[in-house]
Amino acid sequence: MKRWFLSGWGTVLAALLGLALLISLPFFASAYTLLQATLYAILSLYTLSLAYIWGYGGIMCFGQAAFFGAGAYTFAVAAINLGDTTLPLLLAVVISALFAAALGYFMFYGRLTDVYMGIVTLLTTLICSQVMSQTAGPNFTIGRVMLGGFNGIPSVPSINFPGHPDSNLDVDQFFQLTTGIVIVAYGLLKLLQRSAFGRITIAVRENESRAALLGYDVRRHKLIVFSIGGGIAGMAGAFFASNQLFIDPNVFNLAMAAQCVIWVMLGGVGTLIGPIVACCGLQFLTTWLSGANIANNSFVLGVVLMIIVLLLPSGLAPASLSTLERLSRRASARVHEADGA
Amino acid sequence: MDYAAVILIQVLSAAAVLVLVSSGLAIIFGMMRIINIAHGEFLMLGAYAFLVAVRSGANIWFAMFVVAPLVVGTFGVIVERLLIRFLYGRIVDSLLATWGLSLFLSGGITMAFGNAMEGIPTPFGALSIGRFSTSWYTVFIIAVAMLLLVTIALVLKFTRLGLVARGSMQNPSMAASLGISPSVTYAATFGTGAALAGLAGAILAPVTGVGPNIGSGFIAKSFITVVGGGASIVTGTGLAAAFFGTINQLVSFWQTSVWGDAATLIAALIMLRVLPRGITGRFFQGAI
Repeated sequence: MKRWFLSGWGTVLAALLGLALLISLPFFASAYTLLQATLYAILSLYTLSLAYIWGYGGIMCFGQAAFFGAGAYTFAVAAINLGDTTLPLLLAVVISALFAAALGYFMFYGRLTDVYMGIVTLLTTLICSQVMSQTAGPNFTIGRVMLGGFNGIPSVPSINFPGHPDSNLDVDQFFQLTTGIVIVAYGLLKLLQRSAFGRITIAVRENESRAALLGYDVRRHKLIVFSIGGGIAGMAGAFFASNQLFIDPNVFNLAMAAQCVIWVMLGGVGTLIGPIVACCGLQFLTTWLSGANIANNSFVLGVVLMIIVLLLPSGLAPASLSTLERLSRRASARVHEADGA
Repeated sequence: MDYAAVILIQVLSAAAVLVLVSSGLAIIFGMMRIINIAHGEFLMLGAYAFLVAVRSGANIWFAMFVVAPLVVGTFGVIVERLLIRFLYGRIVDSLLATWGLSLFLSGGITMAFGNAMEGIPTPFGALSIGRFSTSWYTVFIIAVAMLLLVTIALVLKFTRLGLVARGSMQNPSMAASLGISPSVTYAATFGTGAALAGLAGAILAPVTGVGPNIGSGFIAKSFITVVGGGASIVTGTGLAAAFFGTINQLVSFWQTSVWGDAATLIAALIMLRVLPRGITGRFFQGAI
């Protein structure tokens, strides 16, 4: 069962399912559902970035929100200044990847251990939040855009067709674009994992000193993996800003950073599809609970995180898979017993 | 001259705030190797305990120095028994679980008290130095922070309690075989760290205001101080607080406070690159 999921067919199946959703959902879903689904797709892309660098790269980054937010702010500033949104999207990816590379340089070349890496990335996010909150006033203007401090940047443009700033994507198209990008990113990461580069990534994750002794530059390798993750998170951030039409320093807050970590843990560190499923499921749950005024978002996230750590340290998906496996083994053992008797 | 005095007071007060917000964290991290992300929310709880006590008519100093530490300290012991004790030796899990606790607390307080910032008037009046003026409360914060560091050092060095704490930190199994109950020691240490956080939250409440999200403003500063300080609690915290406080204030004077915070982080990153185990990982090894 597990091996089947890990082999290539699982990936193809997941991608096809995503594609089916991408094509069919606009036909029967309401506009509200589509808007929600678009948000899920954007957050899935965000999760994917951490699922890759943590699950495959073994880099414990608890501050993925820093790159997500950097992408969001880059996109907002560039898109308002330029009018067109194609170049800003690319810029968001590049700037976030560079940001990740700069931070990664200090972490990997300083040979920080896991825990310190977690703390440093988290701190970076929090400092970003504090810095961006204080950028109120006319002194903090980039081109035509005021950074706006705690209030953030209003009227971030929607995504438009490349080269046509006047024709925006409609709800259906934006959903299809974001979902499509999730599928493409998922497929590319899976392909990357099958290449030599991907094998080295796993080798570094499993045993850093052995990989180094075999002649691989472990630090540079981790830096590249980290920057790829940063770039993907930046793209998710750009879509996020464009989707909610404004951006404020709350993208850097503790809940935003925690969400991503929770999705990856719940879906299982080491898989890509698990975190995406966990992201959509949990997002659905928190939206429903806070919409019904039962409990607010951070409260639910906090409870879920404590439960995962105490009860499900390997994540919900792997835990349920291994339970399934155990059950099926027991069932088949029973069949064998019956045969024997 | 007056200007220099004002700058000096600002630098000292920045360092004092760092000492206040990070000493509880330093004790919990230094002694128990537990990374308490909920530390900021412990400060926030201290501020709320102080606020509620003052609003219901308690003496302001009683609320600050007795009620807030007592409430948060008790809460800390409960948290240790229900959550933290399952996580000893699992440092990453402890980080994640306390992160969950932090979200749980800020979410819970938001549901209970609402999202608004509440203010508490600052005690004492203004202090004027030549053309400039600052508040006596700033001086008070500096004094309390110094007193706190000295007290922690004295307790660790000269009392039986401190001996037990240091022994359990250095070699838990040896301490246990000498008849020191590890679970009691850990619960007490965590409670002490939480109580110090509560005290700090109450002391800073008149300056920062009280709201459910003030914790995240403290947490970055306190972690930078503790990680930068390294293994020894008093020396490390004191030196790192002085270092980062100075950088923050000087850059803030030179530019604006935006760059003060950013410069602190960049200084911390460079420091981790040069001294991965903090100041006391290289210098003053073995100090308390």
